[in-house]
Amino acid sequence: MNATPENHPGRSMDLLRFATAGSVDDGKSTLIGRLLLDSKAIFEDQLEAVEATSLSKGYDYTDLALLTDGLRSEREQGITIDVAYRYFATPNRKFIIADTPGHVQYTRNMVTGASTADLGLVLVDARQGLTEQSRRHAVILSLLRVPHLVLAVNKMDLVDYDETIYQEIYRDFTSFATKLNIPDLEVIPISALKGDNVVKRSENMPWYDGPSLMHHLEHVHVASDRDLVDARFPVQYVIRPKSDDFHDYRGYAGQLAGGVLKPGDEVVVLPSGMTSRIAAIDLFDKEIAEAFPPMSVTVRLEDDVDVSRGDMIARVKNAPTPSQDIDAMICWMTNEPLRPRQKLAIKHTTRTGRALIKDIQYRLDVNSLHRDQETGELGLNEIGRVQLRTTVPLLCDSYSKNRTTGSFILIDEATGVTVGAGMIN
Amino acid sequence: MTQTHPDYQLSQLDQLEAESIHIFREVAAEFEKPVLMFSGGKDSIVMLRLAEKAFYPAKIPFPVLQVDTGFDFPEVLATRDSWVARLGVRLVVASVEEAIAKGIVVDDGKTSRNRLQIGTLLNAIEEEGFTAAFGGGRRDEEKARAKERVYSHRDDFGQWDPKNQRPELWSLYNGRIHGGEHMRIFPLSNWTELDIWHYIGQEQIEIPSIYFSHQRRVFQRDGMLLSESEHNPLKSGETVEERTVRFRTVGDLTLTGCVESTASTIDEIIDEIAVARVTERGATRGDDRFSEAAMEDRKKEGYF
Repeated sequence: MNATPENHPGRSMDLLRFATAGSVDDGKSTLIGRLLLDSKAIFEDQLEAVEATSLSKGYDYTDLALLTDGLRSEREQGITIDVAYRYFATPNRKFIIADTPGHVQYTRNMVTGASTADLGLVLVDARQGLTEQSRRHAVILSLLRVPHLVLAVNKMDLVDYDETIYQEIYRDFTSFATKLNIPDLEVIPISALKGDNVVKRSENMPWYDGPSLMHHLEHVHVASDRDLVDARFPVQYVIRPKSDDFHDYRGYAGQLAGGVLKPGDEVVVLPSGMTSRIAAIDLFDKEIAEAFPPMSVTVRLEDDVDVSRGDMIARVKNAPTPSQDIDAMICWMTNEPLRPRQKLAIKHTTRTGRALIKDIQYRLDVNSLHRDQETGELGLNEIGRVQLRTTVPLLCDSYSKNRTTGSFILIDEATGVTVGAGMIN
Repeated sequence: MTQTHPDYQLSQLDQLEAESIHIFREVAAEFEKPVLMFSGGKDSIVMLRLAEKAFYPAKIPFPVLQVDTGFDFPEVLATRDSWVARLGVRLVVASVEEAIAKGIVVDDGKTSRNRLQIGTLLNAIEEEGFTAAFGGGRRDEEKARAKERVYSHRDDFGQWDPKNQRPELWSLYNGRIHGGEHMRIFPLSNWTELDIWHYIGQEQIEIPSIYFSHQRRVFQRDGMLLSESEHNPLKSGETVEERTVRFRTVGDLTLTGCVESTASTIDEIIDEIAVARVTERGATRGDDRFSEAAMEDRKKEGYF
């Protein structure tokens, strides 16, 4: 059999990045193990290693969770401590799973996993119903503006595939979700252990007429989640070959963060405000007719304007307003709490500067959505609304408008560690 | 001009390429002295191709570092030289033989060349003062890699601390390091083995001939097919025979096994992998088979 695009989909398939959330008890590892196994992403030697370990531990079943517990300390403690990335593919789509742990350092890791996700998958145990933890997961996915959410009601086999239990969880969740920003929700009754509604529609639940989980993951439409209207091109790197063949070449390299750019477009360079036109857009050795997210391209301008890393190319009549006063939701990721007057390094698109914490307006209780205005500080794994003043103007949009130009990280200048993640309001 | 995307959609392979190019440019912009670690294997060749694209029409703005184990396949060294000549990049060779001679690493006769590479590599990074080293590691390769960041921080001793990794969000990479530390950069983190092959096919990339089916004199050891070589003295009971084989990974030839295969084109290799039931490392890498946590241990010490 010869390879063709039809039987070797790698060349034409699209991509879905999704984040999973749930604790060990919800059967998350079992579900991921099953998705990997059924899509043939697990190889015989990996399965044999897991079977051998299961046997040596005295289990009478193959513990699929062992497939995903990567680090030795995790295998010893039987918990998942960090975000792990897994890969599988079906004929038309490749999937990248950001697998985040349920308990330990849950918020920091979930925020990390959700930051790049198109879809969030939250697991609940049908016997327990909606718990504080599942609500928390939904809140974080909504805060990170993950556009698609799947609530998988697991262990349906343990409640006799009872429709009323599914309906109750469905109602509980949708009434809670009205307070959140979830543009697309699917609630799927499954049994990860038995395989019901995971890949194939289950015969045990004739009352359910929605898609199986795999079918939904394969078909959920993510292409229109991108902003193709507001052109945003953060300049990453200036390419000047200074060679005989390309003596006067000066190109601005970067990855499109929004909108579409074409040769001939009138553009503005921020923060200087100088205007020019796009002379050409290069993709390696070819000139292309247009560039759109997430393409990495090189833009050449007609005029010899001063452009450097950290600048942004946008449209003259549609450009972000440079601002040094930033209002953002911040997830704090280190033991030492965040307090007013603290100074940190900030990285926003390709721009780096320093930031002063002016005020912590409130801490958001991710379980109740209550806003605690008395807090004065943010501890590890806490999320709150914060006002910052930056040394350099940020060329930003609100996070709800653009997840790339609306996000930033905070770095401790002494240790160099990433200590906070910000989403601009 | 090329109009290729009427629907404003990129294939997943083009998305991976755009992400990797973004990473190369970030590192070139933010680090003083990056280097690309080149093993001669398909992954490091894909890295070279991506780096070429990221900076075109300028040359790649950093050198290429190869750890020469002394036990490398000649076909791999030939491919390396061809790439280095075409791209006009500086090649730094860190030799395990020299490191042994200088007493930087100790060859006790039992330690594999792959393991001796660690000391040789760390010494080269320190001597040259490299602050960022690109590696071809992919997260789909092995359990310990699944949790590694794109920017993976290494301390003064070149060690990886898996419990103390920096959070990595969106495409905002944190390249802060202190003197003496360096960062390992993995631009292929989100690529799978199949993606690599599809990309090699799509880009018509030159890779070492040993990846394709050929006749080779081989012998069986520990369930692997190893190549006959002066570096691979036969033990009693081992016999050499000619088989039709290819390599799925390339490394130290005393440890890298081949598989029987008639796949002689990229498409045939993709066909073969699509139905393969064993991971590329599990099948052919002696160094990962000693314990379940073998890779994690070597990574903590500063392995690629």
